[in-house]
Amino acid sequence: MTNGWVDIKNADMILVMGGNPAENHPCGFKWVIEAKRNRNAKLIVVDPRFTRTASVSDFFAQIRVGTDIAFLGGLIRYLIENQRYNKEYLVNFTNAGFIVDKEFKLPEDEGVFSGFDEKSLSYNRATWNYEGSGGKPAAAKPGQPAGLPGLPERVDFDPTLQNPRCVFQLLKAHYSRYTPEMVERVTGIPREKYLQACDLFTSIRKDGDTKKVATVIYALGWTQHSFGTQNIRTAAMIQLLMGNVGRAGGGVNALRGHSNIQGATDMAGIFDNLPGYLKVPIPADGSFEGWMKRITPTPSKPGDWASFNYWSNTPKFAVSLMKAFYGDAATKQNEWAYDYLPKVDRNYSWVNIWDNMYNGVVKGLFAFGMNGVMIGPDSNKNIDALKKADWVVVGEIYPDETSEFWRSPGITQEEMKKIQTTVYRLPCAGFAEKDGSFTNSARWLQWKNAALPIPPGCRSDQGIVAQIFLKTRELYQKEGGKFPDPILKLTWAYTNPSDPSLAEVLKEINGKTFADAEDPATKQQIKAGQQVPSFAWLKDDGTTSSGNWIYCGAYTEAGNLTMRRDPADPSGLGVHPNWAWSWPVNRRVLYNRASCNVDGKPWDATRKQVWWNEGTQKWAGVDVPDFKADSHPKDHMGPFIMNPEGVGRIFGPLGAFADGPFPTFYEPVESPVENNLLHPKQRHSPVVRRYKTPDDKYGSVKDGYTVICTTYRLTEHYHYWTKNNPMNVQLVPEPFVEISEEMAAEMGLQGGERIKVSSARGAYIAKAMVTKRIKAMTIDGKKTYQIGIPIHWGYRGIAEDEGKTAKTPVNLLSPTVVDPNAYTPEFKGFLVKVEKA
Amino acid sequence: MSQATLRIQKISAHSGTVPGEDTQRQYQVCKLVDTTTCIGCKACEVACVEWNDMPFSPTAFGNTYQTMPETRWNYWNLILFNEHEREDGTLQWLMRKHQCMHCAEPGCLEACPADGAIVQYTNGIVDFQQANCIGCGYCITGCPFNIPKFNNVTKRMYKCSLCADRVSEGLEPACIKSCPTGCLHFGSKDDMTELAGIRAKQLRDHYGYDKAGVYDPPGVGGTGVIYVLHDATQPELYGGLPSNPSIPLAVKFWKHPLKWLGNIAMVGGLIGLFVHYLKFGPKAREEADLAPKGGA
Repeated sequence: MTNGWVDIKNADMILVMGGNPAENHPCGFKWVIEAKRNRNAKLIVVDPRFTRTASVSDFFAQIRVGTDIAFLGGLIRYLIENQRYNKEYLVNFTNAGFIVDKEFKLPEDEGVFSGFDEKSLSYNRATWNYEGSGGKPAAAKPGQPAGLPGLPERVDFDPTLQNPRCVFQLLKAHYSRYTPEMVERVTGIPREKYLQACDLFTSIRKDGDTKKVATVIYALGWTQHSFGTQNIRTAAMIQLLMGNVGRAGGGVNALRGHSNIQGATDMAGIFDNLPGYLKVPIPADGSFEGWMKRITPTPSKPGDWASFNYWSNTPKFAVSLMKAFYGDAATKQNEWAYDYLPKVDRNYSWVNIWDNMYNGVVKGLFAFGMNGVMIGPDSNKNIDALKKADWVVVGEIYPDETSEFWRSPGITQEEMKKIQTTVYRLPCAGFAEKDGSFTNSARWLQWKNAALPIPPGCRSDQGIVAQIFLKTRELYQKEGGKFPDPILKLTWAYTNPSDPSLAEVLKEINGKTFADAEDPATKQQIKAGQQVPSFAWLKDDGTTSSGNWIYCGAYTEAGNLTMRRDPADPSGLGVHPNWAWSWPVNRRVLYNRASCNVDGKPWDATRKQVWWNEGTQKWAGVDVPDFKADSHPKDHMGPFIMNPEGVGRIFGPLGAFADGPFPTFYEPVESPVENNLLHPKQRHSPVVRRYKTPDDKYGSVKDGYTVICTTYRLTEHYHYWTKNNPMNVQLVPEPFVEISEEMAAEMGLQGGERIKVSSARGAYIAKAMVTKRIKAMTIDGKKTYQIGIPIHWGYRGIAEDEGKTAKTPVNLLSPTVVDPNAYTPEFKGFLVKVEKA
Repeated sequence: MSQATLRIQKISAHSGTVPGEDTQRQYQVCKLVDTTTCIGCKACEVACVEWNDMPFSPTAFGNTYQTMPETRWNYWNLILFNEHEREDGTLQWLMRKHQCMHCAEPGCLEACPADGAIVQYTNGIVDFQQANCIGCGYCITGCPFNIPKFNNVTKRMYKCSLCADRVSEGLEPACIKSCPTGCLHFGSKDDMTELAGIRAKQLRDHYGYDKAGVYDPPGVGGTGVIYVLHDATQPELYGGLPSNPSIPLAVKFWKHPLKWLGNIAMVGGLIGLFVHYLKFGPKAREEADLAPKGGA
């Protein structure tokens, strides 16, 4: 989230799309209710189903699965046409006035931007750049040849936004075809209804009002598409156009699906990241210097503006990370142990790991804190992959579908005998038996204590991992091996090396200094051996360490700040500065400089977050200013300090995105609509690849797969876990499929009858829930049905073990297709057929 | 609140004086359920089951998100889910937390023939005392909300106690504590009525619900659980909430005029018996009774 849970209470307008927070985040959803109760805020819900969130909304529209970009693109068109944007914000805080390369071409009818290469299904992104002068050539990236021009140092700029090659005019041209009539044909939302939604959402900017704020809340309904990243980007662009980013009650807010998903991402849960979103080295980097050169941006902006370009500090964060990994073994002479780091030479994302296991490349798997078979698309492929693996280690508290993959439906006793995979199930500790910090969606690190002792015979996750590490190190010590140093020299200075305390780990992540240091501005001093107070103290000379620069400040000399529990909120804006600790530097709203106009005055005096104090010549605020503290508004430094431009990107230049600098509507890979109505010559995202094993099958209307299927979660269950808990099973005892009354009538089906849902990959059997909450839709004049399936059941669990379900995991149905930027599978929209079972 | 709030003011089928009868009620407690902010998460259902240590019982798929068709002896708090299409074609998914309403004039207590099986405390909580319950089920007839439920094993009746045990210690009921959206509130009847009125007005003024209002039916003397409804003119839409509930006439008749008639009849019968005895003396054994029976 750019903002936070509590901050939602400051919103005047709330758009929930691609998410169902009342269902999946009922506790956080209280802040939506607070906004409604205390501010008369309006809640708009756009979803394929009338959800629990929709039940308390003020406006609901049922949308066809996977057409969010058509909806949002039309909204951009509407708000430009009706001048519902914040002009001052747009000109000064975004790249709307930046001039774009002459060679850059919009997709129009062709459906591809300039630079598309049909052979490699990828873009040469050289033309996705600004006009200007200066700048460095960009280095190589995975899938991108080296030697392309970088961003220009000085960008050509038109503050009137009239230049036909400026971002704003290109944006206008790009979305001009997203008319309400088109939106109706593509999304199935009637024109009138669509215009009502557009009017309501943008009403906060009616008649030049810049005081009110709207927030956008989303979750996996946006991410789990072959254009997931672009769904979110469209929302970010709308928020930039309306001037809602950086403001209390505004922002673009991702609701994370589990208690610590944000923490997992922050700590390098993705293969191409290191902790703190540092990009991993690639073979072409060659050296630490080469790596730094590639990943450290230089400013790129109109000549008379300033840009903080905070990522210019990348080497300080990277060296400190290497010092945290390798301590004394990381020296300037050995390039901070650069050689010890693995270099990423290919895509190691989730679906690829299983693809590689299927193809015999990956031989073994550690599965901790997740149920691997169930959470990926195309369960059959995953099960087939595990059959081919040499071993799988599962850390769990229940027997699950991964540790018992050989029990999946359709595997006969004879076949079981042939499976050679060795399975180790390690008894782990449950969440209430462990302490540690959770990082929530709002970026708050909150410490929790263990409520119960770990049962005899079970171990903590870190205990298991530590013992595997110590054993591995012992083997390297004994046997040498090809390259033992990365293992032998890893720092492991825990009081109990075989079961490190998580407080010690957090302390290590925060980092410390190896030499006395002084902040020249404040004269504050820290002594060698002390915890660093914030990432501003990190250095690239090897005198500091930090396991994750953005967590720097969580565990200082003042102690473990994630344990703080002071509910006080002096400003009333939900900042709660002494409750837990929020990254970065306890800041609650990111980019909060943008809550003020160019002169440094808050857009809304009743929601003052930060402001320029002329007396002290500094930025002050109730929140930690997200800005250079002494940068006078006259310097015109951009509020988006993590971009080299200093401004928000309405146009995503160069390597920012694999599939285009502007979000473009494409059909899901499996879609009932034969043509892309908006960009007729390109049906699907041009850069999305299909996998090629015999298990990777894709269905179409021609093969009889005419019904759109989406998947989701229920309040009453937690993933694939609570099917083992009698209380949750009592609340929702059985799997089901939600279908519309119209479709049921056509099939002669009553609620409670069993149906079989089949995709090109597999079949799912459950009872039908016939409901008014999903309606048949008219898509481009054709009647289209959508169905929905909650995901929570498999072949191990209370109901499953009692033989009360068909034991079919829902991901037997979903396809192996991933977003080209984030590699998230397309769980949310694919084709099926439905029959009585 | 203290133990003082648990002084009894009404007792079922009790002939003597009621200990708290003339106590000045300081205030009546009340639950406010704002159906317009309920998201049907069932946290209140779980909290109820857990606080009251209720055993699980099997449920079955019922073509709905609702946990079970109606409350059970071991499931006192149930959210009712109802899909409703309005005249303008828009859909409503109405969710209402259903439980004992703690009526000011409780039909169950009125109907109960067992001395002390149902009591009403001075704070308004209506509580079943299973130790005194005879399992006759008359309370079912007395209740216009279909609340009391019979346990086949213990042969006793059960229902929501408004967490009298928690309330007497100054805590809110378990359901209130668990509610994540703040759709549930707990306090004095006066405060809750005011809060409900403010919310209903907000719904009318700012959210286009012209008929929004508060459900606190006078037919049972008002209730200890009140609702804010989007449309107070149609409470039936919320899983059959009666628009004008009252204690069934038969129960009233039976427990008041008929009870006296019965008493008169009973006393009359006894008098008749006595007169008969005086007149005819004890019944003599007849010869046939003394004669040995054939066979054996």
